[in-house]
Amino acid sequence: MTDHLPILLLLSPLFGALVCVLFGKGNSKNAWIVSMISLGISSILSVFLLLKVLSIKAGDIRYRMGGWDPSSGYEVGIELRIDILAALIVLAVTLVGFINTIYSKTRVPAEVGEKGPFFYALIQLLIVGLCGIIMTNDAFNLYVLIEITSLTSYALIAMGNRRAALSSFNYVIMGTIGASFYLLGVGYLYIKTGTLNIDDIHTYLENENLWTSQSIIVAFILIMLGVWTKMALFPLHGWLPNAYSYAPSMTGTFMAPLMTKVMVYVMIRVMLWLFGADFVYSEDSVWSELIVWMSVVAIVAGSFLALARNDIKKMLTYLIIAEVGYMVGGAWLNSLTGQAGAFYHILSDAAMTFCLFIAASIVIIRTGESRLNAFDGLFRKMPLTMIGFTIGGLSMIGLPPTCGFFSKWYLISGGIESGHWEFVVALLFSSLINAVIFFKIFERAYFGKIKGIKEEVSVADIDMIPAEGIKSVPASMLIPLFISALSVLILGIMNKNLFSWISNALKMING
Amino acid sequence: MDIIIASFLEDSIVPKFNYWIYVILMMIGLYAMITKNNLIKKLIGMAIFQTAIILLYVSVGVKADANIPIISHHGEKDHVEHAQNENLDSASEASSHHGSKKEHHVIDKNKFANPLPHVLMLTAIVVGVSTLGLALAISQKVHGSFGTLEEDEILDQLRPGGYD
Repeated sequence: MTDHLPILLLLSPLFGALVCVLFGKGNSKNAWIVSMISLGISSILSVFLLLKVLSIKAGDIRYRMGGWDPSSGYEVGIELRIDILAALIVLAVTLVGFINTIYSKTRVPAEVGEKGPFFYALIQLLIVGLCGIIMTNDAFNLYVLIEITSLTSYALIAMGNRRAALSSFNYVIMGTIGASFYLLGVGYLYIKTGTLNIDDIHTYLENENLWTSQSIIVAFILIMLGVWTKMALFPLHGWLPNAYSYAPSMTGTFMAPLMTKVMVYVMIRVMLWLFGADFVYSEDSVWSELIVWMSVVAIVAGSFLALARNDIKKMLTYLIIAEVGYMVGGAWLNSLTGQAGAFYHILSDAAMTFCLFIAASIVIIRTGESRLNAFDGLFRKMPLTMIGFTIGGLSMIGLPPTCGFFSKWYLISGGIESGHWEFVVALLFSSLINAVIFFKIFERAYFGKIKGIKEEVSVADIDMIPAEGIKSVPASMLIPLFISALSVLILGIMNKNLFSWISNALKMING
Repeated sequence: MDIIIASFLEDSIVPKFNYWIYVILMMIGLYAMITKNNLIKKLIGMAIFQTAIILLYVSVGVKADANIPIISHHGEKDHVEHAQNENLDSASEASSHHGSKKEHHVIDKNKFANPLPHVLMLTAIVVGVSTLGLALAISQKVHGSFGTLEEDEILDQLRPGGYD
C-alpha cells in the first residue's frame, strides 16, 4: 500500500473530477462534498508521503508507472521521483487545494452558478497536474502535465466575467508559446541523448561530456524561456495580472499561490537535476550573472508596478511578479543558501499569497469595491479579516515571526555569500516598497472613514460581482483565512527544520 | 559569391532542411500570434506554431531505408508475413533481403524507424487540439460579451472604464 502512495495521491483527485462531472448534475453542493473527500484523501496521503521520505535516509522514493523496469541501464517507462523537496511542495499543493475548497463553498454558487460541478472537476484536475509536475521524472511527461495544468487554468479563469475571458485568451497565447518552447527544448535533448528520463539525460550528458555542444546550450535556453513564460518572470509577465485578478475569486485564491511557484520548482529541477550545477553555474557562461540581474529587474519593476496600482488584486498580482524575481534570483545565485532560500520561499510565498488573496477576496466581495479605498475603516467593521490580512502583509514586508522574514533572510545571506550585492539591494528595496504599500493599507483600515455601500455604479464596476455588504463573514471563508495566516506563522517558526531538510536534499544533488 | 552560396546550401541547408522548415514555420506562427489583431487569426498562428514543433519531432524519427517499426517475425514460421511487410518498402531492400534470412532473430535497429517521437507527437497533437478547442470556446465567450473578435475594438470598449 505504502509503495503506491505517489500514484494514489494523483488518482484520488482524478477520480473525484470524473465523479463531479458525471454525477454533479448542476448541484455544487454534491460536487463540493466529493472534492472535499478526494482532496482530503490526497492531503493525508501527501502527509504520509512526506513522513515516508523523511524516514528513509537514501534520499528519494522512485515509483515506476505500470512496473516498467529499466532495460540495459536506462529507464523505459514513466518514473515518479519524490524527494523531500518534492514531498514538501506536494503537501503545500494538496493542502492549499483542500483549504481553498473550504473557501469555495459559498463562493461557487454565487460566482459560477450551476457550472459548480465543472469548477470542482477542473480544480481537481489542476491539482493532479500540479502534483504530477512536481513528482514526475520524465521530461516529456512534464510537458504533458504542464499543459494539463495550463488547460485547466485557462478554463478556470475564463469562468469569470467578460474581462476574465479576454485575459484567459491572452494567457492561452502566452502559455502555449511557453509550453511549446519547453517542448522544443526537450526535443533537442531527445535528439542528442535518445532518452527522456531526467536522470538518464543527465547521466548521458555527463558520460559523453556534451556540455559544450551547441544543441544542449540551445535546449537549455529554450527550456528556460518556456518555464519563465509560464512563471511570469518580469518581461514575460504580461498575462498574469489580468488573468489572476479577473478570475473568479476562488480560482484566484488557488492559482495565485501555486502556479508560479510550481513552475519555479520546475526551473530548479531542470537546472540542478536535468543539466546539473556544473553546467548551469559554469565559469564560461555569462548567463548566471545575467539572470541574477534579470531577477533584480523583475523585483524592482514588480514592486514599482505594485506601488502604482490602485486595485487591490492587481497590486497583489504585481507583488507575485516581484516574488518570482526573488525565487529566480535565489536559484541562480550559485550558493547553497540561495538555492535553499529560494526553495523555502516557494513554501512561504505560497502561504502568504494564499492568505493575502483570501483576505483581499473577502474584502472585495463584502464591500463591492475593488480599489484600495475598500479598506477604509475596515479594522472596526471586519476585524477578523483584517487580522488575517495584516499577518499576510507583515510577512510580505518581512517582519520576524512570519515566514517572509526568514525566506528573505536566507535569500539575502545567499546573495552575500556569492557576492551578488545587487540582489541584496533589490531585496531590501522591495521590502521597503512592500512596507509602503501595506502600511498605506493599514493606515486606511485604522483611520479611514467607514462609508456605506456605494450607490452609483461607474463603468469600471460593470464587471464587479454585486456587493454583499459588510455583515458577518461566513465561517467557510474565515477558517481558510485563519489556517493560511497560521501557516504563515508556523512556517516561520519551523524555518530551522525546514531549511536544514531543504539544504540537506540540495547538498546531495550539488555533490 | 556563387561559391559561398553554393557551399552554404550544401553544408547548412540541404543536410538540415527539416530544421529550416520547422524554424520557418514556427516563425510564421509566432508572427501571427504576436501581431495579428483578430483573435481567430492568432489561433491559426498558434496551430501553425505547434505543428512546426510536431514536424521537428516526426522528422527526427526518420531513418534512411527503414521500415515501419512493427516486428512480426519471432520464428521461421512468421517469415512469409515478414516478407510481405518488407515488399512494401523499396525494391532494393527486398533484393538484399534474401541474403540475411538467418539473422532474423536479431532485431536490426537500423531497419526500423524510431517510433518514440511519433508516439510523443500523438500526445502533443491531442494537447494541441484541446488547446485549440478551448481557445475557440473562450473566443466565443469573448465574442458573446464584446460583440467582436478584433482586439483593438475590444480594448476600445474597455478603455472608457479608465483603469486596467
